[in-house]
Amino acid sequence: MAQLKKVLAGSFAVMMAATLMAGCGDSSSSTADTNSAAGDNTSKAADESKGGEAVAADNAESLDGLDSAKVVNIYCWNTEFKDRFEKYYWPNRDTALWDGVKYHFEVNTNEGNVYQTKLDEALSTQANDAMKIDIFLVEADYALKYVNGTAASDVKATIGLTDDDLKDQYKYTKDVMTDANGVLKGVSWQATPGLFLYNAVYARDVFGTDEPDKIQAELSDWTKFEAAAAKLKEKGIAIVSGFDDTYRCYSNNVSAPWVTDNKITIDPKLTEWVEQTKKFTDAGYNNKTGLWDDNWKAGQKIDGKTFGYFFSTWGIPFTLLPNTVNEEIKDDGSNAKVGNGGYGEWRACPGPQAYFWGGTWICGCATADNNDIVKDIMLKLTCNADIMASITEGEQDYTNNKTAIKKLIDGGYKNDFLGGQNHLALLTEAAEKIDLSNKLSAYDQGCNEKFQGAMKDYFLGNSTYDEALAKFKTDVKQVYSNLEV
Amino acid sequence: MPRSADVVGESTGQTSLLIRRIIAYTVLVALVIISLFPFYLLIINATRGKVQSGIEWWFSDNLSNNFKNLFDSDARSRYGNIFASFGYSFLISALSCALSVYFSALTAYSIHVYDFKLKKAAHTFILLVMMVPTQASALGFYRLMKNFGLLDSVIPLIIPSIAAPAVYFFMKQYMESSLPLEIVEAARIDGCGEFRTFNSIVLPILKPAFAVQGIFTFVGAWNNYFMPRMILSSKKTIPLVLQAMKSEIAGNPQVADAGVMNLYMVLAILPVVVVYLILSKYIIRGIALGAVKG
Amino acid sequence: MKKKSISYAKWGYIFLIPFFVAYLIFAVVPLVQTFYFSVLDYKVDTGMAPDIFNPDANVINKGFCGLDNFKFALSSEGEFLRCLGNTAIIWLIGFIPQIVVSLILAVWFTDIRLKLKAQGFFKTVIYLPNVIMASAISLLFYTLCIRNGALDTLLNKGSDLAITEKVWGARGVVGFINFIMWYGNTTIMLMAAIMGIDTSLYESAQIDGASPTQTFWKITIPLIKPILAYVLITSMIGGLQMFDVPQFIGGNQAGPKGSLKTVVMIIQNGKDSAIGSVGAISVMIFIISAILGFLTLKVMSDNSGKPKKKKPARK
Repeated sequence: MAQLKKVLAGSFAVMMAATLMAGCGDSSSSTADTNSAAGDNTSKAADESKGGEAVAADNAESLDGLDSAKVVNIYCWNTEFKDRFEKYYWPNRDTALWDGVKYHFEVNTNEGNVYQTKLDEALSTQANDAMKIDIFLVEADYALKYVNGTAASDVKATIGLTDDDLKDQYKYTKDVMTDANGVLKGVSWQATPGLFLYNAVYARDVFGTDEPDKIQAELSDWTKFEAAAAKLKEKGIAIVSGFDDTYRCYSNNVSAPWVTDNKITIDPKLTEWVEQTKKFTDAGYNNKTGLWDDNWKAGQKIDGKTFGYFFSTWGIPFTLLPNTVNEEIKDDGSNAKVGNGGYGEWRACPGPQAYFWGGTWICGCATADNNDIVKDIMLKLTCNADIMASITEGEQDYTNNKTAIKKLIDGGYKNDFLGGQNHLALLTEAAEKIDLSNKLSAYDQGCNEKFQGAMKDYFLGNSTYDEALAKFKTDVKQVYSNLEV
Repeated sequence: MPRSADVVGESTGQTSLLIRRIIAYTVLVALVIISLFPFYLLIINATRGKVQSGIEWWFSDNLSNNFKNLFDSDARSRYGNIFASFGYSFLISALSCALSVYFSALTAYSIHVYDFKLKKAAHTFILLVMMVPTQASALGFYRLMKNFGLLDSVIPLIIPSIAAPAVYFFMKQYMESSLPLEIVEAARIDGCGEFRTFNSIVLPILKPAFAVQGIFTFVGAWNNYFMPRMILSSKKTIPLVLQAMKSEIAGNPQVADAGVMNLYMVLAILPVVVVYLILSKYIIRGIALGAVKG
Repeated sequence: MKKKSISYAKWGYIFLIPFFVAYLIFAVVPLVQTFYFSVLDYKVDTGMAPDIFNPDANVINKGFCGLDNFKFALSSEGEFLRCLGNTAIIWLIGFIPQIVVSLILAVWFTDIRLKLKAQGFFKTVIYLPNVIMASAISLLFYTLCIRNGALDTLLNKGSDLAITEKVWGARGVVGFINFIMWYGNTTIMLMAAIMGIDTSLYESAQIDGASPTQTFWKITIPLIKPILAYVLITSMIGGLQMFDVPQFIGGNQAGPKGSLKTVVMIIQNGKDSAIGSVGAISVMIFIISAILGFLTLKVMSDNSGKPKKKKPARK
């Protein structure tokens, strides 16, 4: 018995040590205080007003015991906004407003509607919660859900932005966030027109040129696109990587939204997507990858056997660049040059069909207790032409500011990653074409996800089209039980 | 399974015995390899880089880099705080483990030692509900916790373990074999209060049972994914962070890092494996004990 | 075990309080509520953001609806039977090899003539996968088995294998994971049962000239029947709750053609919106487990061998 006791004591010591080691002392007390379990190391946060250097240290990791008015609490689904926030907003912030105030990002994945579920849970108890949400982000797929209703506050009347502040933003980015009464509920720092990015090495090999205009001529409509696919296939190259790559080209050009009057309709455009993708899959024009998975990324290597990717502006910095280089781009940019993997060997063209993809909007929460800071963030990150221009230059993001973009184009903007191509001009052209009226519904996230998922079985030959369609209906009805299919 | 049939075996020759031994050892070694294979691969992968395609059989040199990336501030905001995930998992597991073994023992003690009218009914009730899966009441549980304002709190993951019918059952079995009532009687004669008797005399006797059930409940809570996924959002336990890392592949491909993810998995299972290895003798005996005693 | 209790009965009740109070609050009340939901036409419009000042604005509760939710759940659209079928198939894929391998190992370990060495080591290792996070194992196998994953590269030089994209491949992977996680546990339990058999039975069988195969089928199997039944039923209950492994392998669509979608997944997917029909599915899960639980009790009390419960049903 004594032996067992020793063993037990020893093993728990090991456990504790392991946890403490992993916790590096931030779980200094392992008492029964359930709420301050771990991670309450907010002590580092004292160095405000030090300008742009001390960034991440200000993050309030644990909200326990903090005064809600002293924390800017932000709900989001990935770190894209946080990166912009820390790099471009923080050095430019109004330090007086931020005196003694921390920020906190609450991250929940978009997949499977988890973000919306968790956000909804938090919103529904906001009125009584001590810790108020100040900002939450929304995506085009479910923007409408939060535009309607009371969760987001009026950008102009409540937060205090003026029409003049907003004049440089693309109209569609404002239209999306305007409710039935004409009230603007959110703003964005990016516009997301789509392009087709292609591998210049393969272009030269197959089409004899990598010039965007000439390649565009080869791809300017879906018939030509398919012919090009056949040509590429002869050399063992797939024109697109997987099933979902072309999806947005179709889904953004629908004639009616997924849901009208609580009824789901499958737009003819989506059926076209299904037919085309099935044809492509059977003919070997794609590599059967799933969006974002490892194979899909592997195709972005310069010898990845994939010709191109449909991407919006964020696709370059967010996906293509890190995936195509062999050596991670260093902070000083010294290895950002041709020869490092696919750097400088990609080009952009408009592709067969105008579309947009994604887009993130900043909403002020109706119960926010830091509206002045919310205003400061919105002003700096979505209205300030200088900051916006630096985002575009630094992140290759297409920012939502016509003045900034025009200035860059006029200044002879060149994108080294795209071999010196000025893709901003292409994007500007595409951005003007975006019209989202009568295309969005509050249920798009779930519908898109379930539709693409169900159709995968059809493409792979596991199901007939009808079976796949039936699966979509069943799946979507579980998430949105009040809808008719 | 003709080979296995020779339970006692007849007087077959030495050669046939040898052949049977060889077969047995071969199969066992194969099973050992299969069982250890996931661990081995995890450890290998934890030393590999960001994008891992294909399989590698030997260590790469990315371990320290993965360590750095796992614990830097970026990873924190991305997956939730890595340190905190260990903290929450440990807190939840340790407390549910302590609560469930203590209160199950108390319950078993009540039914084992005392005579009262509802004794039999209580025992039967607990046995009946032993098999009711938490999933059956999950919907109601979730809505109830929502109404209590306990979503995103660790309380709904800890307190319910006070009522753990399976642990109760084990404790009851153990008491029947190892807790003579004379001890309780003797304590009473010495003037010891009932509650004190339980705490200072009975509990020490139950230690082996505590060890076995303790590790089972600890591991169960440590590995639980279903309930935390339902209840928690900002406080992330290890399986939830793991899920976040998996989703990162879709939601934030730029930063998805397979090396970091595998390293995290190794760290997540390490404590449990260490404790298991230390206690394995008791655990295996405990399973056997549960199987055929009585 | 005759007790000459004086007036200690009240302590019996007092010591029962924590258990029953906790059980009442955290299990009975939710269960009753779940039963109640199952007869309501209760939906939540998740396409509507919660109104901060009126959180219930997106609730559509049309009140009592009889057994409509059950009818829906049992219809092809409600998926319950399909998912129950999936669950059963995946469970079988894991359970059959599990019981066969465990029986063989248990017989070997207990064979006094075979005298296997290093038994402690083998037992420790084969039980080991059981303590690992199912999510971690699943994630590892996921990366191994996806298209162009390690398995594809290894077996086929990157061709079209992609076993997780095939209905039976995906089910096989999940079954295999379940197998390696549980065969050690079953082995140890069966071993204990076999060791409990009186060796004189084997000796007399040998004298009567019974072949080893006969001994196995005529003595070992009948005598460990109760524990076999027990293993079978607890494994079924565990299988009914299967969630982590298929979820990680199959993702949100739960595998090719939804072939990895288990009953518990319907609860996770629909818990925010389809309250009524999820309630009905929970009730049916409850009924099935109650029947299985009742059978376990019966098996346990019927036999002198008295197999015992050792830990909560597997997940």
